[in-house]
Amino acid sequence: MNIQRPYLSTADLSVGYRRASLENRLFEDLNVALRGGEMICFMGPNGAGKSSLLRTLAGLQQPLAGKVNLHAGSPTENISHQIAVVLTDRINAANLTVEDILNFGRYPYLGWSIHLNHEDKRIIQRSVEQVQVGPLLKKRLYELSDGQLQMVMIARALAQDTPTILLDEPTAHLDLNNRLEIMNLLRQLSRSMGKAILLATHELDLALQTADLIWLTGNKRNIISGLPEDLVLNGIFDEIFRFKGFDLQTGKVVHDAFRNKAIDLRGEGPAYLWTKNALERNGYTVVRDESAEISITLVQELPKSKWLIKKNNSVTEADSLEKLMNSL
Amino acid sequence: MTIRWTFLLLFLLLLFALNLSLGSVRIPLPEIAKIIFTGEASQKVWTDIIWDFRMTKALTCVLAGSALAAAGLQMQTLFRNALAGPDVLGLSSGASLAVALLFMTPWSGFGFLSTPHPLLLSMAATVGCVGVLIVMLVVARKLDDHVSLLIVGLMVGAATASIVSVLQYLSKAEEMQVYIIWTFGSLGGLDWLEIKILTLALIAGSSLAFSQVKSLNLWLLGDNYAMSMGIRVKRARFIFILSASILTGAVTAFCGPIAFVGLAVPHLTRLVISTHNHKILLPAVLAGGAALLLLCDILAHLPGSTYVLPINALTALIGAPVVIWIIVKNKRLRI
Repeated sequence: MNIQRPYLSTADLSVGYRRASLENRLFEDLNVALRGGEMICFMGPNGAGKSSLLRTLAGLQQPLAGKVNLHAGSPTENISHQIAVVLTDRINAANLTVEDILNFGRYPYLGWSIHLNHEDKRIIQRSVEQVQVGPLLKKRLYELSDGQLQMVMIARALAQDTPTILLDEPTAHLDLNNRLEIMNLLRQLSRSMGKAILLATHELDLALQTADLIWLTGNKRNIISGLPEDLVLNGIFDEIFRFKGFDLQTGKVVHDAFRNKAIDLRGEGPAYLWTKNALERNGYTVVRDESAEISITLVQELPKSKWLIKKNNSVTEADSLEKLMNSL
Repeated sequence: MTIRWTFLLLFLLLLFALNLSLGSVRIPLPEIAKIIFTGEASQKVWTDIIWDFRMTKALTCVLAGSALAAAGLQMQTLFRNALAGPDVLGLSSGASLAVALLFMTPWSGFGFLSTPHPLLLSMAATVGCVGVLIVMLVVARKLDDHVSLLIVGLMVGAATASIVSVLQYLSKAEEMQVYIIWTFGSLGGLDWLEIKILTLALIAGSSLAFSQVKSLNLWLLGDNYAMSMGIRVKRARFIFILSASILTGAVTAFCGPIAFVGLAVPHLTRLVISTHNHKILLPAVLAGGAALLLLCDILAHLPGSTYVLPINALTALIGAPVVIWIIVKNKRLRI
């Protein structure tokens, strides 16, 4: 797969907190690497130490032991030229404009007089276009929605122009559309710009479908790294998350067939899948068996669908799933 | 932007001229201009009044106002709190304690000095300021939440104030006098040497602040973001504190604990030029502080024109309604 030299690697890294004589180790002897062009989703239950590890990788927190090695993906060793971060930290100065925030991204390259030259402006403009925050430039932070704010912080990280970007739950509190937009954007950035992107996230379904690699952590102070599909098939996901009523192999919530009634369902396409979903959610078992007591045939007359329900030798018709469920 | 700057500078010049023209002796404006530009006047005593009293006082207003405002801005940014300022966090109280210890304890041996040497006062006040700030920073490192920190600041202020009360209770009236007069705050009475020291302190303090414009800006995003963009947080914090202590310490030493300017001016300035860029904010705040203190001093002279009210009675009297007005108008105060 990817055999290029990593941008960042760890050597027997231990992460955690040391307060007085008390030491809380969250991770022990980690040996992991981030490579260019790869998007890694870092998953694990709350409290496993994902944020602490991200901070340690970014040099914001001292490791308890071991080292984080940077392999200059950019010409300088300066860590602020190597790693940009998007954190969950709340920003108090809500009066800042989006433009201010984006300019901040160039600060690691500026002297004390913080004068932006032509090149700096070009890089800011490029990140504005990539994240499409152009219309927001003059807005102040308190005017932004959570999703917009997250996009702005990603644009700022891009303006920092580093080979590696670390993000801590960039999709938390966002709606599905925003979550998809951000995940797609990050994946696209890793592909097109060759950036190494590591994000801590709880978005299981999105991570499975977009990540190149998944890092999983439970409570054993280690990280299991692998392709999303491998981790699903070998049951490591189940082991760590101990899913309650979610079947990862099919990617669906497990329904209890409490009605103990089988329904013979015929049809195809999305309408078939959603009909099946509605029936299972309501406790029916969906089968393909003509001897079943009830049989439903899906008739598709685009753009609408209707359902023919055969029950006790009488046939009724329904033009919505709600009516279908009521007639059962 | 340039129009606003020109306006601000003209406003400042106007206030300065107005300040020079006010006093118990009436001197016509053309005469003042003549004294300043040619050094001659129709009456010899007018030259002395202008140069040795009014000019020093007007310059003190400019220097002290600028210094306090710059210190206040840095403290508001450092603590990311709109209520922070050199006086709120106990800096001035620290200075008061140091000055009180120096002049009201018999064993310190300075009680006999009726006209204390400016350097001695300045050093005592600076030591007091730095002392309190170090205490505040140690506490700040333990506490994440700013409201608690502010409460600790108020407590430190209250504690130093009570020590001062004990000292006052134990000392003789003549020992107390130097201290009491000092606490009223006074912008007059500085000689040219003291003006020079104040100027040096302002230059040193604000140069330190200007050297940290980058850190001050990134500070607004929080420690983690600032660090990720190459700011050495502890070093930057040390410089903010050093700068604020030099500025506040010097002003407090020569003019007494002047309240409110450090808190109000940054807010007033942000109201006029709505930016968070300290590269623009810092010079604006310097000018704004000078303007506010010149204005307060002018108003301190106005009623009756022979009495001069203590400056501390006026800064808050003018500043408080303005800050309240801002909060009510904008629903909240933002740093």
